[in-house]
Amino acid sequence: MTERAEAIAVRDLCKRFGALEVLKGISLTAREGEVIAIIGGSGSGKSTFLRCINMLEVPSSGSVAIRGEEIALRSDRRGGLVPSDRRQVQRLRARLGMVFQSFNLWQHMTIIQNVIEAPMHVLGVPRAEAIERGEALLRRVGLFDKRDVYPAFLSGGQQQRAAIARALAIQPHAMLFDEPTSALDPELVGEVLGVIGDLAKEQRTMILVTHEMKFARDVASHIVFLAHGVIEEQGPPEQIFGDPKSELLKKFISSSH
Amino acid sequence: MTSEQRTAAPATRVELPPEESTLDATALTSLPSGRALLEPHRIALMAVGAGIVFCAAWFLRWDWLPNYAGAIVSGVGVTLLMLASTSVLGFFLAVPLGLVQVTGPWWLSLPAQGFCTIIRGTPLLLQLWLLYYGLGSLFPQFPEIRQSFLWPYLREAWPYGVAALTLSFAAYEGEVMRGAFTGVPRGELEAARAYGMSRWKLFWRIWLPRAVHRALPTLNGETVLQLKATPLVATITVIDVYAVISKVRQVTFLTYEPLLLLALIYLILTALLVAAFRYFEKRIPTRSA
Ligand SMILES: Nc1ncnc2c1ncn2[C@@H]1O[C@H](COP(=O)(O)OP(=O)(O)OP(=O)(O)O)[C@@H](O)[C@H]1O
Ligand SMILES: [Mg+2]
Repeated sequence: MTERAEAIAVRDLCKRFGALEVLKGISLTAREGEVIAIIGGSGSGKSTFLRCINMLEVPSSGSVAIRGEEIALRSDRRGGLVPSDRRQVQRLRARLGMVFQSFNLWQHMTIIQNVIEAPMHVLGVPRAEAIERGEALLRRVGLFDKRDVYPAFLSGGQQQRAAIARALAIQPHAMLFDEPTSALDPELVGEVLGVIGDLAKEQRTMILVTHEMKFARDVASHIVFLAHGVIEEQGPPEQIFGDPKSELLKKFISSSH
Repeated sequence: MTSEQRTAAPATRVELPPEESTLDATALTSLPSGRALLEPHRIALMAVGAGIVFCAAWFLRWDWLPNYAGAIVSGVGVTLLMLASTSVLGFFLAVPLGLVQVTGPWWLSLPAQGFCTIIRGTPLLLQLWLLYYGLGSLFPQFPEIRQSFLWPYLREAWPYGVAALTLSFAAYEGEVMRGAFTGVPRGELEAARAYGMSRWKLFWRIWLPRAVHRALPTLNGETVLQLKATPLVATITVIDVYAVISKVRQVTFLTYEPLLLLALIYLILTALLVAAFRYFEKRIPTRSA
């Protein structure tokens, strides 16, 4: 069996906020079609790691490559790193579909406007084509009838599904989910997980930060357990949940039931 | 005067816009909707109003009106022109004034802050007179200015009126926009970055429209205040509707009638402004939590 191409490759990533060292050297590769779930305690740096992938947070050291293209970084005057080519970052971001814990839909646009915004104004897709694709995506997440509604009038679950449609609309190389269900009322979690589960089934490359252990176990091809800024343990779900090696992971799993 | 749009720091959770039309709280800047007009206290007030109108028409003198109708209409025109030009120009200045205070480097944000503080801290009448009697009397001493193509305008009064009112509007609106820019939830800006928008695109597509939308209710009130500041230009010989009415009073020796008419005119203009703003506010509905 030939190895599939690397969609996202992170090498020796470190991230400090002042004196606080949040990530202490993380290497992780997501191959095409892989679903990687990142689990770990609060404050262990999961969000920070995800945000480093699309440079919403710039790493203190290390490298990130998207589909084999490394994001060029250079040191700035204060000794940190900054992207050397803003255009490159924007181009690569435009193919990474990020879904946020708090949805972050643009509130002054209707749902369909949210969905076609990046395709039209970042990727330059013609309006008619963007709308056609956008409507198909909304139909798929079950929100076609809400296409002309403003986000504030939707439930949290609907907003998050719209946000997923927005992420899909850019035809992403990979999807990044940061706790997509943590801000939702319990009865709304299911509808969002359903949509994400479907995406996982069609072998989309995804990196998913989640507190839903059962869900991670069901959809992920690979689980990464983050603790104190390092990958404490990783492996296929059966191994991580069935036969955890590290004490921290054992404790984490037993506490999250 | 300006109610700063100090919204609490946006939390990371579901952010429902709190910007339900703040107008409804402030009497003169809001209009009742059609159905609400039929409430008993409104009907009583309308009856009183009709009584006043009747008395005014019956007991007061209005025979002068036809003679001055033309002058009054042109005065209203000047007032509206003053209002429109200064609020549009002022708003275009206010956007950068607010923006640099939120994201600009100190050498931009400090002067902007200083400008807003000084203009907001001094009477508009003073600014107007400083420009007109101060600058306006300095200019003729420079031959370069007298020979420039601008001189025909600089000899007139209205450019100084426009300048003073524009700067004043810019300073107040600069504060409003500063608050509005700050109040746009960070997550929405972050989403724009995450989808590959350049700073320029982020500003034009997300940040600015979102901030203006947030600021609309406040801008409405400020524009009404601006309307009521326009009569000051009459003090520097610009013939707006206020100046016309003053003239009418001098010529006809009538005390109340012209003033009542003037009040009515400003009321109507205010109502039109409020209605126009309300139309724009409604275009993007926000959920009243
Ligand atoms: N911009 C920032 N400036 C300073 N410290 C930060 C910043 N962002 C995150 N941190 C800190 O980094 C640490 C890791 O944060 P992060 O949000 O990545 O954790 P997390 O694993 O996603 O936690 P949670 O499960 O609560 O979302 C925390 O201690 C946090 O306070
Ligand atoms: Mg997090």
